[in-house]
Amino acid sequence: MIIAERKPIEEILEMVRDFKKILIVGCKGCVTVCNAGGRKEVGILASIIRLAREKDKNPIEIIEETLERQCDPEYIEQLADTAHEYDAILSMACSVGPQFIAARFSEARVFPALNTEFMGGALEHGVWAEFCQGCGDCKIHLFGGFCPIARCSKSLLNGPCGGSSGGKCEISKDVDCVWHLIVEKLMSEGKLDQLTQVKPIKNWATSRDGGPRKVVREDLKL
Amino acid sequence: MKSGSNLEKVLTAGHFAVTGECGPPRSADGKIVREKAKHLKGNVDSVNVTDNQTSVVRLSSLAGSLLLHQEGLEANMQMTCRDRNRIAMQSDILGAYALGVRNLLCLSGDHQKFGDHPEAKNVFDIDSLQLIQTVKMMRDERKLLSGQEMEEGTEPRLFIGAAVNPFADPFDFRVYRLAKKAAAGVDFVQTQCIYNMAKFKEYMKRAHDMGLTEKVFVLAGITPMKSLGMARYMKNYVPGMDVPDLIIDRLKGVEKKGQAKEGIQIAVDQIQEMKEIPGVAGVHIMAIEWEEKVPELVEKAGLLPRPQV
Amino acid sequence: MQYPTNIEIIRVPCTGRVDIIHLLKALEDGADGVYVVGCEEGDCHYLSGNLKARKRVEYVKKVLEDLTVEKERVAMYNLSAAQGPRFAETAREFTDIVKGLGPSPFRKPAAKAA
Repeated sequence: MIIAERKPIEEILEMVRDFKKILIVGCKGCVTVCNAGGRKEVGILASIIRLAREKDKNPIEIIEETLERQCDPEYIEQLADTAHEYDAILSMACSVGPQFIAARFSEARVFPALNTEFMGGALEHGVWAEFCQGCGDCKIHLFGGFCPIARCSKSLLNGPCGGSSGGKCEISKDVDCVWHLIVEKLMSEGKLDQLTQVKPIKNWATSRDGGPRKVVREDLKL
Repeated sequence: MKSGSNLEKVLTAGHFAVTGECGPPRSADGKIVREKAKHLKGNVDSVNVTDNQTSVVRLSSLAGSLLLHQEGLEANMQMTCRDRNRIAMQSDILGAYALGVRNLLCLSGDHQKFGDHPEAKNVFDIDSLQLIQTVKMMRDERKLLSGQEMEEGTEPRLFIGAAVNPFADPFDFRVYRLAKKAAAGVDFVQTQCIYNMAKFKEYMKRAHDMGLTEKVFVLAGITPMKSLGMARYMKNYVPGMDVPDLIIDRLKGVEKKGQAKEGIQIAVDQIQEMKEIPGVAGVHIMAIEWEEKVPELVEKAGLLPRPQV
Repeated sequence: MQYPTNIEIIRVPCTGRVDIIHLLKALEDGADGVYVVGCEEGDCHYLSGNLKARKRVEYVKKVLEDLTVEKERVAMYNLSAAQGPRFAETAREFTDIVKGLGPSPFRKPAAKAA
């Protein structure tokens, strides 16, 4: 799923500083699953902002809504009746959400309440890690089921580098060296030969380096 | 001859080679490189010029290499994969050769988190293995990665180097790493500085058994300890560094003002040991910010005069 | 058993039921302080409800810090259901702490709902 985190409170308060009535809109998709922007988090953020504004003797009215998703126009459309009533709209979806809202309601002031970070999964309740960088050319099967593009700090296809130490990446003890994992796995399966050939240079054109991407399914277009 | 460089000639003739290292300044002051060169001239066969080492911005490796050439030394230019994409790399390789560079080390590069610009975007378009292959292709096939051909006599003919760390994890894989670099086309490798001789001998034995020492010249890394404090720091705080207690004990056994001398002696003893290990083709002396000691170290280790090939 | 009259008690089957929003709403609704009283750690009938509650109390303390408000206005105490006197003691203790901090900065001005 897409993993995002709520921005620091000071940053959000600064965004809505001049406004008296705002909408906070959450999303039942990824950000609900990673506890960043679902209905519950909308409620908490609304409460925190109200408290802060009460303290500053500058009260604010907050309407709370949560949409099914904010990455399909038909759900954004559900805000059409009331969008004009707000001084600002604070979206708690991943960054796609506020962009869609801003595009649909061009007169509205739209702000992102979250920092969208990566594509990942849960390691345990409350902990998520990056597993995918969207390179557009998935080859994890060549690396024992691990992705060196997303999980190696240097995206090496022929790792490990000399900084791998105790199974950890040189940048932090909290980051596993994925090449350590790849080598151990393949060695234990007697498949070291998979690593003796130099893996060829990656074509980054399928990744974001090639420019903003689009997927078109002609069979689905109406 | 692949490149005709002095380093290549010394190694190919079977001499025990000696390379040094020069870290360029964090400014545009070329004089500093020239000063360091003075200590190394006549004492080493060629000198590494680091490429924004530990991700700290320094005068470029290419420029530093040219300054060394002007001082009459031969440079080993370095190129990391962190800061340049394949376009800039091939471009710099063409330029470096045109300006007289003949040896090039292909390195991954420390992550920018360690340096003075941790907010920079990192590149890592290609990795060090792929860079080795690229330089070899440019030299032996006269081709760029795009397939663009260069006319005979216009291709960059570089002597290709790489770094190896026998002590990084996983240890069992390290010799395979050397094998992979050899297969990619590397001509010589320099190791990280070695203190654990037993472990290094084990690594070299494995390399030798795999036939790698026939294909690649291995230069063992030597860094003399300035003090007990430095030895302790390296033992405890530098990742991947293996400093055995006997080194610590040798330095402990000497009073503070004698420690530098003992550190040099330890390095001399190490070099003598290195000469006896099959497959070790030379040493790479990294006396960072202690370049003035290189002449003494090289002399005591019996490595002078350097061969004129 | 005497405990201060300014305490409004809300009973829950387990403090694991108490969530961040409840603590925030209490502050929004004018409470000068809010505290959670749960079973001793290790004795939770539902195993870890009281541990979750503590984490949520810590979260709200951090929110108060971010808003430059005293984090002592929210707290958690652990005791057994049988410890009547200790309950009264914590009530007095927390009341004293909050009195020392003064009225909540989140209090809405005097105008009340009809």
